[in-house]
Amino acid sequence: MLHRYPKRAAFIMLILTTLIAAFPLWGEVVFGSQANFILEKLTLMLILALFAMSLDLLVGVLGLVSLGHALFFGLGAYTLALASPDFSPASMWWMLPLVMGVSACVGLVIGVLVIRTKGIFFIMTTLAFGQMLYYFISTSQFAGGTDGVFIMFRPSLELGGSTLLDLDNPYSFFYFCLGMLLVGYLFLRWLTRSYFGQVLDGIHDNEHRMQALGYATSGYKLIAFVIAGVMAAVAGMLAAMQYGFANPAQLGWHTSGEVLMMLILGGMGTIFGPILGAFAYEILLYIYEHTTTHWPILMGVTIIVAVLILPRGIAGLIIAPPWHRKRQTSAEIVGKESKASVSAQPVTQSKED
Amino acid sequence: MRDEIVLATHGLTRRFGGLVAVNDVDFDVKANEIHAILGPNGAGKSTLINLLSGEIPPSEGQVLYRQQPIQGKSARQIARMGIGRSHQKTNIFPRLTCLQNCELAARIHMGGVFGSWRSRQTAQKVSERAQEVLDTCQLNHRAYTTAADMSYGEQRQLQIAMVLATAPSLMLLDEPMAGMGREETAQVTDLLASLTDRYTLVLIEHDMDSVFRLADRITVMVDGCVLESGPTEQIRTSEKVRDVYLGRHDEEAIA
Amino acid sequence: MDLAFFSVQLLNGLQYGLLLFLIASGLTLIFGIMGIINLAHGAMYMIGAYLVYDLTLRLGNFWLAIMVAIPIAIALGLVIERLFLDTLYKRDHLYQVLLTFGLILVLNEAQRIIWGGNVHRVVVPAPFDFSIQLTDNMQYSVYRLFVMGVCLALAGVIYWVIRHTRLGIIIRAGAVNRDMVEGLGINVRTLFTLIFSVGVALTAFAGMIAAPLTSIAPGMGDSILITCFVVVVIGGIGSIKGAFWGAIIIGMATTFGAVLIPSLASMVIYLIMAAVLLVKPRGLFA
Repeated sequence: MLHRYPKRAAFIMLILTTLIAAFPLWGEVVFGSQANFILEKLTLMLILALFAMSLDLLVGVLGLVSLGHALFFGLGAYTLALASPDFSPASMWWMLPLVMGVSACVGLVIGVLVIRTKGIFFIMTTLAFGQMLYYFISTSQFAGGTDGVFIMFRPSLELGGSTLLDLDNPYSFFYFCLGMLLVGYLFLRWLTRSYFGQVLDGIHDNEHRMQALGYATSGYKLIAFVIAGVMAAVAGMLAAMQYGFANPAQLGWHTSGEVLMMLILGGMGTIFGPILGAFAYEILLYIYEHTTTHWPILMGVTIIVAVLILPRGIAGLIIAPPWHRKRQTSAEIVGKESKASVSAQPVTQSKED
Repeated sequence: MRDEIVLATHGLTRRFGGLVAVNDVDFDVKANEIHAILGPNGAGKSTLINLLSGEIPPSEGQVLYRQQPIQGKSARQIARMGIGRSHQKTNIFPRLTCLQNCELAARIHMGGVFGSWRSRQTAQKVSERAQEVLDTCQLNHRAYTTAADMSYGEQRQLQIAMVLATAPSLMLLDEPMAGMGREETAQVTDLLASLTDRYTLVLIEHDMDSVFRLADRITVMVDGCVLESGPTEQIRTSEKVRDVYLGRHDEEAIA
Repeated sequence: MDLAFFSVQLLNGLQYGLLLFLIASGLTLIFGIMGIINLAHGAMYMIGAYLVYDLTLRLGNFWLAIMVAIPIAIALGLVIERLFLDTLYKRDHLYQVLLTFGLILVLNEAQRIIWGGNVHRVVVPAPFDFSIQLTDNMQYSVYRLFVMGVCLALAGVIYWVIRHTRLGIIIRAGAVNRDMVEGLGINVRTLFTLIFSVGVALTAFAGMIAAPLTSIAPGMGDSILITCFVVVVIGGIGSIKGAFWGAIIIGMATTFGAVLIPSLASMVIYLIMAAVLLVKPRGLFA
């Protein structure tokens, strides 16, 4: 069944999560003085995992390929940077709702426009709106132009005057990001298995049929678009806290392309796949960057190869390992293939007449 | 109630470029009848049903559903008025299970646009309704099978189940038995026959046996025009129909 | 704004628009017929410009450089189509986006390896290396007029091919309904290869003739790609006519936007796109 995966997937994810959560315990033993650096990298990966996961709702679940998702990532970063007071930390209690509110509004406005388009048009318009914000920000004085904005103080998380979690501490921030990722994951897991998720699956499979049944598909698509945008903005806010600045590059379409790469590497439509993808992408990036200054070539080749031979990503390997495939044809695979034959052509007009 | 006219068309015409697919068709459907549309390939049957369900707009004329014109309404709004339809090509959600397919169809008339977040009670009702139509269509043993994994005949049956699940007051079925084997055809014919007391049906079908067994009235179309329309007996014995249509299809008609 | 200044801007807008048309027409053809979204299209524009820069240095003549560069660009298009795209026709757009994005990374970095990260220029070639006097203090580069002429001529050729040849009928049919092309008994493989090579060649050629007018810099393909997406969205995907008028609109909007409302100049084209989407979500000429 859709969105239900073999036990081993949950098992693998649980082990990996435990390993990462316990990093402060074993990090120093394995990496020595490098441990702090690795912790920073891990924190970033957690943030990017949240970002990639949010895109999966659009691309993997709903089947809408957005090439402008970085718009929300950057929006979250800039909202934090511009709303933070100069000489004191902001409070997370209003910063988080602010970031979510701003991104929801922007998502609604852009969503109304882009949802009107389909397929390749959707790709182009999301890309174009992403670039619009990119040019707007990188030519605006108040947003620091191409230099971006520095964030002097990370927001604080206090309750009744005492600090709940010291986000300036790399370890606490690491756990904060891990927590956010978990919350995001559980939310999406619940969402995809809910009725709402079922409607999204239906739209992905056969939007025309959904309309013929009487569903206002645009409404559902818009809501999913806004949800994905808000989650990406939260990831962007966390990224800005981690980097200490907001930069136009976070909005640019290369970032949108990279997050799509994470999705395909990890396996789209599975929610847990993109988490693996974000880690895999960052690890590859780290290795390539230390191999050659011309690392984009290696990354480009990697992605081409992944598209050609591993279109279902790492999650695909976990769900249906190659050594299993001969014995059991996964229902998923069959579903994919016959989907192409069943709903390849819209049925608005029969060819009979 | 029996003679109440549910759906009527007046001078319905649809052109595609120079081709007139449906030409000045007057046609009506009474409550609780099965009204079959017969005609050779290219007679305009599918275009007619697309016009009735509002999926394509007419070039001229109008469609009245319960005395109200459906013109200008979207496919979605028409679906919500109670017109359910199935398509000639198998048109299901291949990655969802059989039950989920029916639940999606059932839910739409059990809650508002965002009924998907309604209470547990609604969920219960939706699920029951879906089970019920699966029972009716004898698909309950496949409830948890991914639709793509079912046989072709089962997928066609699922499509009818989905139309039923929307609890339409008028069902438009476009060749529900297309491509089915003899046994499956008989099964679906039985199924449709069992629906007559509760539903109004417009049926496009090539299988003559089934049509003559099921239909209360038959409209025969040729080249976009109505050749003859009337009770099944009248059509069965009509010379005109025999010449134009049945004559050509001797080998497959009336076995 | 006086009349002379206005006409110079008008000419600039027209010239930029016509250049955009060459690139966007390739993009829209490749999508309309093949159903492929090609992000590497902009990179081909960049490669055209760099090829001409390189070959002009080696051969000492701009025109000779173009003659040599065109076959190279076509060959590159052929290789890409045969090697990578062949497997993608039946797959989801997502894979096309990712694969061609991967190609961009490879091509951009290959450009860095071969030609480095510096900004280059190509001198305006003879016999067009002079300007005509419009008014006492305004002149206009003859090379720009030449570029306009070439673009218009090519637009005319494309129009003629699409209107009056068998290939044109196939292209028009394919843009409306791709399955129909296969039904017409045409060798789809050959058609796709032809369309892709022509599309790539048009873009690369645009890069070549634009080389003396712009600075040749890494990443120059990316921004032009996105501008062309806007053109295609405004005009309607698959429509050559749409690409033409979309390109002219965007060319004018960019030029006059920069003069009249400099603070919003970078956003003008996107605002136009948003407006078009509101009114006609499938583009003006679809």
